[in-house]
Parts: sequence; structure tokens; C-alpha cells
Amino acid sequence: TSHFETTSPQQRIEKILVANRGEIACRIMRTAKRLGIQTVAVYSDADKDSLHVKSADEAVHIGPPPARLSYLNGSNIVEAAIRTGAQAIHPGYGFLSESSEFAQLVQDKGLTFIGPPASAIRDMGDKSASKRIMGAAGVPLVPGYHGSEQDIEIMKLEADKIGYPILIKPTHGGGGKGMRIVLSQNDFADSFLGAQREAAASFGINTILLEKYITQPRHIEVQIFGDKHGNVLHLYERDCSVQRRHQKIIEEAPAPGITDEFRSQLGQAAVSAAKAVGYYNAGTVEFIVDTITGQFYFMEMNTRLQVEHPVTEMIVGQDLVEWQIRVANGEPLPISQVHVPLSGHAFEARIYAENVPKGFLPATGVLHHYNPVSVSSTVRVETGVEQGDTVSMHYDPMIAKLVVWGENRSAALVKLKHCLSKFQVAGVPTNINFLLKLANHRAFVEGNVETHFIEHHKDDLFIDPNNKVICEDAYHAARLSASLVAACLCEKEHSVSRESYTGDQSLHSIWYSHPPFRVNHHAQSTMELEWENEYESNSSKPLMVSITYQPDGNYLIQMGENSAQSSEVKASHLGNDSYRVEADGVTMHVSLAVYTKDQMKHIHIWHGPHQHHFRQKVGIELSDEDESHHKTNFEGTSHPPGTVVAPMAGLVVKVLVKDGAKVEDGQPILVLEAMKMEHVVKATSGGYVQGLKVTAGQQVSDGSVLFRVKICTVFVSLELEYACLVDNINSNN
Amino acid sequence: NSAPCVIANPIQRLQARHFSIGVLPDGVDRNSDTFTQNSDEMGRLLSELQSRINKVLAAGGEAAVKRNRSRNKLLPRERIDRLLDPGSSFLELSQLSGHELYGESLPSGGIVTGIGPVHGRLCMFAANDPTVKGGTYFPITVKKHLRAQEIASQCKLPCIYLVDSGGAFLPKQAEVFPDKENFGRIFYNEATMSSQGIPQIALVLGSCTAGGAYIPAMADESVMVKGNSTLFLAGPPLVKAATGEEISAEDLGGTTVHCKTSGVSDYFAQDEMHALALGRNIVKNLHLAGNQGMLNASSRIDLAYKEPLYDVKELRSIAPVDPKQQYDVRSVIARIVDGSEFDEFKKLYGTTLVTGFAKIFGQPVGILGNNGILFNESALKGAHFIELCCQRNIPLVFLQNITGFMVGSRSEASGIAKSGAKVVMAISCAKVPKVTIIIGGSFGAGNYAMCGRAYSPNFLFLWPNARVSVMGGAQAAGVLSQIEGANKKRQGIQWTKEEEEEFKAKVVEAFEREGNPYYSTARLWDDGIIDPADTRKVIGLCISATMNRPLEDTKYGVFRM
Repeated sequence: TSHFETTSPQQRIEKILVANRGEIACRIMRTAKRLGIQTVAVYSDADKDSLHVKSADEAVHIGPPPARLSYLNGSNIVEAAIRTGAQAIHPGYGFLSESSEFAQLVQDKGLTFIGPPASAIRDMGDKSASKRIMGAAGVPLVPGYHGSEQDIEIMKLEADKIGYPILIKPTHGGGGKGMRIVLSQNDFADSFLGAQREAAASFGINTILLEKYITQPRHIEVQIFGDKHGNVLHLYERDCSVQRRHQKIIEEAPAPGITDEFRSQLGQAAVSAAKAVGYYNAGTVEFIVDTITGQFYFMEMNTRLQVEHPVTEMIVGQDLVEWQIRVANGEPLPISQVHVPLSGHAFEARIYAENVPKGFLPATGVLHHYNPVSVSSTVRVETGVEQGDTVSMHYDPMIAKLVVWGENRSAALVKLKHCLSKFQVAGVPTNINFLLKLANHRAFVEGNVETHFIEHHKDDLFIDPNNKVICEDAYHAARLSASLVAACLCEKEHSVSRESYTGDQSLHSIWYSHPPFRVNHHAQSTMELEWENEYESNSSKPLMVSITYQPDGNYLIQMGENSAQSSEVKASHLGNDSYRVEADGVTMHVSLAVYTKDQMKHIHIWHGPHQHHFRQKVGIELSDEDESHHKTNFEGTSHPPGTVVAPMAGLVVKVLVKDGAKVEDGQPILVLEAMKMEHVVKATSGGYVQGLKVTAGQQVSDGSVLFRVKICTVFVSLELEYACLVDNINSNN
Repeated sequence: NSAPCVIANPIQRLQARHFSIGVLPDGVDRNSDTFTQNSDEMGRLLSELQSRINKVLAAGGEAAVKRNRSRNKLLPRERIDRLLDPGSSFLELSQLSGHELYGESLPSGGIVTGIGPVHGRLCMFAANDPTVKGGTYFPITVKKHLRAQEIASQCKLPCIYLVDSGGAFLPKQAEVFPDKENFGRIFYNEATMSSQGIPQIALVLGSCTAGGAYIPAMADESVMVKGNSTLFLAGPPLVKAATGEEISAEDLGGTTVHCKTSGVSDYFAQDEMHALALGRNIVKNLHLAGNQGMLNASSRIDLAYKEPLYDVKELRSIAPVDPKQQYDVRSVIARIVDGSEFDEFKKLYGTTLVTGFAKIFGQPVGILGNNGILFNESALKGAHFIELCCQRNIPLVFLQNITGFMVGSRSEASGIAKSGAKVVMAISCAKVPKVTIIIGGSFGAGNYAMCGRAYSPNFLFLWPNARVSVMGGAQAAGVLSQIEGANKKRQGIQWTKEEEEEFKAKVVEAFEREGNPYYSTARLWDDGIIDPADTRKVIGLCISATMNRPLEDTKYGVFRM
């Protein structure tokens, strides 16, 4: 639909180095390829076999796994571009995308930076400076303190002036990193210092700004685009209100429930903002909308292509990466504001490796099974991983973005829900089921989104273990799944045996006929499955499944002792993970993923809208004679009371007390950093710290014991501590 | 319900057309009263069989099973299931051995035996049932264990002993301990089989006392389970009595002692499941040990076989209610062989014995089935056919339904004894696999001429309607009452008609009892009673089990001409 006029005699880009990883690197390369442009990937040791490396024409190793030594090492990356003869560097999002120094370096080395001018990055990267500029340009601002004075006492006074609740934000960076919400004066110092530390670790600059905290906000942002000829236009807005941990999880375009007038006001404001800094290339102007007053305020401008840009692409029918490259080539924007189409509605759901019941903590692990939905003109899956890849602790735990388009919001929502239920990931916990719950929520369906959506509807979104009816229904569904699992596994087992052991053309194969023969009775087998109840991880329920092979090849499945609850299941293996199953007269398609981890067989099943996860003890199949090797170390190993374990793999940033010290209940003991998020590990009760052996700079693994507080009566784990933090933030606003 | 009939290429189709010359007719009139009566009667026999099987499947009873579970132990069939390849078949032997044999019930004779594949290798299993008299050996237990070893030895099958036994059942020690075919023979067999390269594997899953201790000690490799297994020649009470030493069972002969100190056992298992997994592993590592398999290799078969044209379940309606009634064995053959194709040999000669070539699951077989009394000609035909099969290395299947040889002056004068001797000579010397199924009567010399137990068929199974005795009850009563009458007459005692009838009735009753298939199977005169509908399957599994051995030339003795 776009028609570009080449006006510039400038040399066109023929080879791009993508200074990023994961899905965004893959996505950029896809467009580049379509345009006939060669691609160069860069990778750290952790990514040597990853998809973005395989997708590129060439790939250059740039360092060890920690980002600061690889993906944040600008000079290495520029050198890689020069070495491979790339004329341009696309920074993607995150990493160096908003580093004006990097943009400058790229230009200084005679390469093209596919993004805005370094000056605009610098102006907008400093949040205090950007607010000043925006204020001057007449863009509405949230009341706050954006001064250069960083003394804690002065800041505290400023906070008092604005009035609590207060939002503490690093002046640099984004993605919610280092942000703190302070509810009262008492908490100010703690939060302020934490935010400074986190900002320093993430962005290298620890200056902080203060803002009035709006209690019922919506997050609406406008995609803008400018060219090097002074043209700026907007591509409508996105609503990114639904967030957890200050990070977006479902975005949509256009924003639901706003008038055309409001839409055009937002667009105008965004274009003004961009023009104020001489912007070109892709950018996003974020606004906070106070749903109570209907006021919107400028929050910040992201001087890069956003994670959620595909929803905009879907409704305007444009390829924004293509626009970025064209603009970098010096071409003018292909269309004018009035010609920007607006068609239908699009959603993006971000699929993360994370532990939803543990306060959405990032998770790591191997993607033992990964089978995203199939893509079409209305369904996009942006992913940078493949089955067998590891979601490591070094980078963002996002697995994929699912993007769907429909004629209108409700049509798109139907598609979103369908695709989420078919999106198969096993090996790491994900937020897929949670996203599905969100998408199904009445308020979401009605478009009543706001930033505290998850908090406000937590009773619906998280299963209350005390709600008998819901738990019983969930248990019932799990039992049905367990019976399907049993039938499918038997069917698979049988075909595997048959294939493995009957290679020769002998009579031998009749020993593997189906059903297996028994003299005067039917072959039986039992399976002990543990249902992994996603929202109630401490109460996995064992399910005893007894399977009887029927003469017609069906399976008679009985659950537990109660033989009255039996069903006849017919299963046929369609190959790979796919089965066709008939149970109680209903035929359905079933997918299974099976893998072994920690001496447990993990079985995931997907059928219809249902997804379940079961575990089965594998037993000690192959072992050394050494008895000590056989200590079972399953998840949920109980530690003595008072023990505090690492909630996730991470780096110890700071140890605040000495081993043996007397501590108060809730006293911070150490600070852990993982996924660029800081977690304060606190004493779970008053008492004496014991066994505190970790030191700053040390890496700890998930679940490892950090220390123990002796003489304690209450056991509070770090997970709960984190959950409480989130609760406090939300419930007090 | 196993592999479908697939005729892939034109050559095979051509072959199929060739076979069609020998396609047997249905031979069953489904609308007849006899069909219905026969079905009803077989239905009754099968439900009787089923109820007896259900009892033995329940092992040593609820309390004993519960106790067993509380020790984290499985029942013998469950143990075997976990050793077998997932989803594979198991040919269990003599499920009803020990049935009503002793004053007390002894389900399956206290030991479960049978054949099934582990990592693709067919193995013989012998699993003590600890819930039945503590797994102790009654005389029938010993016999069953020895029978399993006999089959393993003949078929060169690795043996897996799942040991969980208190040793000999002391009250019957005299019948268990000293004789040639008694307890000691088990170890003798282990030694000789091991010497022939047939792997002997013992998994000690419970107690293993006294004589039982030799089972793992004699094995090539053995596994013990932490906490559950104990192994000693004398248990703590006997040790205390003998030497005054006080010691716990665990310290005396526990897994740690035997895996770390004594070296009696080779693999240390954390629990029973681990032990069973180790058992599978041992088989996986056998490589070529005991894998002779020449017979197997020499008869590569066409897996694109056809199922019989007629429903195998109708085998349940063919055997007549009245065992004296003869029926055409071809209607049985038609439901056993591939595509119901049977190329009959000497069809018009000696017609009371049906002989011919067919295939079962693609494997060529020679079948001999009775269609009446054996005459001179039928016996000669049988001997001829067996010679053919031996020369061509074709396994033999005997379908026994025989009242015996023809008697009378004409028969004797024509030398029927000589003809019978020929067929017995042929059968005795035949070195091809032999499987006998008794599908009706098995009386007198007919049992011998059709490869009865004494002729060491590799396997012998009964249908529930089978009768096995030297002659029919009525005939026996006739013979015995004549002799008794003569005796009484000599002693001058008057024998009333009523007395004679009463005498006869007693004889008939005794023969009926002793000729009953349950009487036979309880005593291990056979390898089990099967549902007629499973006949094809069982024959196939049996022949497959016999294929892991080298070719052997048949050498006959002197045929009386």
C-alpha cells in the first residue's frame, strides 16, 4: 500500500547489523530480507545457537552472556558492523536502542543508525529534561519534581509538596525498572535508595525524578513517525494499560472506549512532542490518562521501535521496520496524516516465562516443548526461540508476542482467546493461562482497561483456594485431562515399543500387537499422576489412574478407588505430539508434551480450551551404586522453618548484615538482582541470622538456601514478601 | 485385530491367488440349534473359567495383598508388567496350577510364570507370589518352576527370577526336597542353562531364605532392594538356635551386606521400581548371550499376512455340547490360519486325520487335526506328514480331539499298533517346534499319537471343554464292571443290577473328575486353559517363543515296517 518516492541520491542500505537478540532481531531481519537487504546478527555466548543467529546471513560473536559485556558493548558492535561491511545498525528495543552515545558512535564511524537523531534520544532519555521541553511545547504534564537536585532530604520535601502517593522514577531507562511507588513519608528513604541503586545497575545513571501518582490511570501511547525532511505523523494510539510489575502484558490498538476527538487530541499532542525535539524515525509518546478527570498527561517519549509496535502495524497495514529503513535511507514518509488508514482492531499478548502465582517472578529453564499457533494474515507470532532453547537469566524472559487482528475489538478478542488456548509451551512456567483469564474477564471484554486492572480484579484472576466450587470444577477438569493423558501415553508407549523392538521380519512382532495379549484377562496398568495446580502450587493433587486395555483397543480408564467413575477412551497417535481421542462419545484433538526434569516426568496436555500439567515420578532408572546420589531433590523440598531461599536465579548485589547478626522482623538482609530487577530479601522474623554465606557478586541458583533466621515463629518466604510488595503498591492506590 | 491384511504388490496378489485354492469353507451353520447350544455351553464353561481366573488374579487375598502393598511391594503380575516392554504381550503359563490340589487354596501354585519381551528379547519369568503362603514352595510350585525352566531351556530364553519366597513349604518338605524333579533341580537347571549361555537373572524383591537363597546365588546377575530384600541360608531364629548369635535380618543378609560385603548380589536397588528398572537394564546389556536365533533367522516371514476369513470368536460355538459328537476340525483350522488358507495333504486318504500346510501370522506351520478315530491309514498319513514338516523345518500344530485308535480284530490284524508306533516315533523324534491344543477329547493312545504331554510339545494348552483320560468314563466303567463281575462270579457273590450300576456310576464319576481340564491343569499336565477365541494368538506366541534356537536335524529311530 505504500509508494515511496526516492528523492535522495544517498546510498541505500544494503546490509544491516541488528544489535539485538530474540524476537525483535528476528522480526527486523524478516523485513530486511523481504527488502533484499542482507542481515548480520550479533550474539553472546548464551545465544550462539539461537534463532536470531540462524536467521541472519552472517553472525558475529560479541562477548560473554552478561548483557553489559555483549549486547551493551557498543564499540564491539560497531566494530562487528564495520568488519562485515554493514552500512547500518538497527538497535531494536532495549539494550542500546536508547543510548545517544551509541547512536552518536554509529554515526561517527560513518554508519547509519536506524533510529532517531542522537540529540533527540538524549533529550527524551533524560526524563526531567524531556518534561521541560514538553512543558515548553505546551504538552500537558503530570505535577512533579524534575529538578537536578538529588539530595534525599530535598527530594523528600518536594514529595511532600506534590502529596502522596508519589512515584519515584529514574530519569533514564524504562520498562518499569527502578520505579518505586511510595505511599507514605516513612517509606520514602528506602524506596529512594533502592531506585537509585537499580537505576545505576541498569542504566549507569542514578538520577531520580518524582511525580504525582495517579490512582486510576490508563496508559495510552501514540505511535509517531518522522522523516528527515521535517514531516511527522502519528499512526494512532495503543492502549497498554494492562500491566503487571509495571510491564505491559496485553496491548491493543486502537484504544477502546475513546472518542475520535480525544484520539485526534492525543495524536496532535504526540506530533507536537516529536516536533519539539526535531524527531525522525519511529517513536512513541506515552500518555497517562486519568480516567477520573479525563485528563491526559505526557509521561515520556520512547525513542525507538516499541515491543508492541505490531498492533499498530496490524491496524494501519504498514510495516514499521520498512518505514524505519526508508527513513534512514533519507526517503520521505510514504503517506500523509490524512491517508493513514485505520482498520479493525489488534491485540498483542506477551507470553513470558514467569511464575504467575509467585508474583509474576521471571522464570528460567528449557523450552522442552514449544509449539506456537500457526500464523496467518491475521495472526502473528513474534518469537526468538525454538523448542529446546533455554530461557536464561541473562535476558528478558519473554518467549513470544502473539498478535491478532479482527474486524472489530470483539472479533479480535475471540481470535486472541483461541490462539492463547492453542499456544503450547512446556518446560518453563508461563503466563499463558493468566493471559487467557485476563482476555476472558468481563471488564476486559467491555474494554474497561486501566493500569491497576490486575490488582482490581485479582479475585477473579487468581483462584482462591478456599473457593470450593471453583476448585472442584478445576479438579474435575484435571481428572478428565488425566484420563486422556493416560490413554495417549499408553498408545504412544505401545507404538514406541513396537517400532523399537520389531525391526526384523519375524513372528516376534506379534508380541507387540494392540491391545497387549494376556491369558484370560485384560492387560492393566496404573499411572500415578500429580496434578500441577498452577494457581495453587503447594497443593498438587495425586491422581491414581488405572488403565485397562479393552479387546477392541480402547482404554477403560478409572480414577482412584472409585470404579464408578470410569470412562472408555479411544486414542490414536497421529505422530509427534498429536493425538485424536474419543472419550465418552466426544472426539477431540489432543496435544501432549512429555519431558523429564528433576527425576520427574512432566506431561502437558492441551485439548480444546484446556491445558493441564501433570508430573509423574520416574523412579531411579539408571544410577550409580552410590546411595548418596539418590537423595530425592524434588521441588517443594521442605527446609527447616525460618529458612529463606532464593526466589529465582540471580546475582547477590549487596549483603546488608553479617552472619550471626540479630535482626528485626522484616529487616533487609541482602539484595538480589535478577532479570535486572532488584529484590530485597528480608528477615522473615526477628532473630539471629544463620548460615549467611553469600557475598556480593555471587551468583545464586533458584531455590538455593540463602540464610536462616533462628528463633522465629512465623515463616514468610521471599516470594510472599515480593507478593506483599506488589499488593501494597496496588492496594494503596 | 492385529496387523491388517495388506497385499501391497502384484506379486503378493498373485501369491494370494495361489493360496486361494486352499481357502476353507466357513463350515458353521449359525442358525442351527447346535450352534446356539454349543455357544451357550461354551459360554457357561468360559464364565466358570473366568471366575476361577479372577480368584487367582486376586493373589493371596485382600489382607495379604494389602500387607504386601504396605511394604511398597507389587504383586507378581504387576512386577512382570513393569519388566516387560511397555504395551507388550505376556503369555502366562498354567494360571490355575494348584487349583483344589491341597486342602488350602494356592492361587496359581504360588508362582507366576510366563513369557514376554524385555527390550525386544523374549524372556521366561518366574515370579514368587509372597501373598500366597509367603511365596513358599509346595510340590506344585516346584513343578511349575521346573516347567518354566524346561521351556526356557528348550527355547533358549533368558530366565528372570523374581524372588520373594520363604523357601520350601516345610510341612510338605518330603515331597519338595529330595527327589530328582524337586527343589534342587531348580539350581541344577540354572547351572546347566548358564553353561549353555542362557542368561539367568535374579531380582530379589523380598525374602530369600534357605534354598531360595541359591536362586540369586546361582544366577549370572542379581539385584537386591534396599530394606525389602534379605538373603541368607538360615534366618535369624535358626542362627540363634545354631550358634547363639543374635542378629537382625538386615544385618545378617540385607542388601547392603550382599552388595557391599559378601558380593552375593550385584546391583543395589533403592526400591522395588528401581530393581525392576535394573532388571530391564540387565536384559538390555545381554547383547548376544543366549541369542542363538538360527531358527528365527531362517524363517523370515511376510508380515503382510491376512486374518482368518471367519470370526475367531466363533471358535466358542464349534465344540459340541456332547464330547462324543465328532465335528469337522477344518472349521477350527479355518479360524486359526491366515486367510483361512489351508493346503491339505492327502485329503482323500486316512480322512480321520486332517493334515496340511498353512500359515499363522505369516509363519508356515504344518497342522494335524483329528476328524474321528485314528485308523491305520490316518496314522501312516500322520507319520508321513510329520516327516515332511521336519525335513522342511516347519513347526507342527496338533489339534487334539481324539477318542483313540480303532480297535477290533480287523484293526489289530492290519497292524494298527505298528502304525501307531510309526506316528509316535515320528512325533517323539521331531525336532521342529511343536504346539498341541486339546480342543475336545484326549483319550488313550490318541493322546500319545497327537503329541500329548509325554511327547514334550513345546507348549500344550486346553480348551475349557477338553477331557483328558486313558479312556472315556463309560468305556472304563464297562471294562471295569466286566472284570469286577467276573471276580464276583468266581467268588460266588451275587451282583445285582443296581450294585453294578452303582459301581459303574462311581467309575464314571471318577473319570469325569479326573478327566476334567481343571484336574489336568491343576497338576500341570498342560500349560493352561485358554479361551478358544485366543487359539490363533496363543499358537502364534508359542511358535514365536520357540524360534530363538538353532536348527536341529531330526533323526528317527527304527520304524517298525
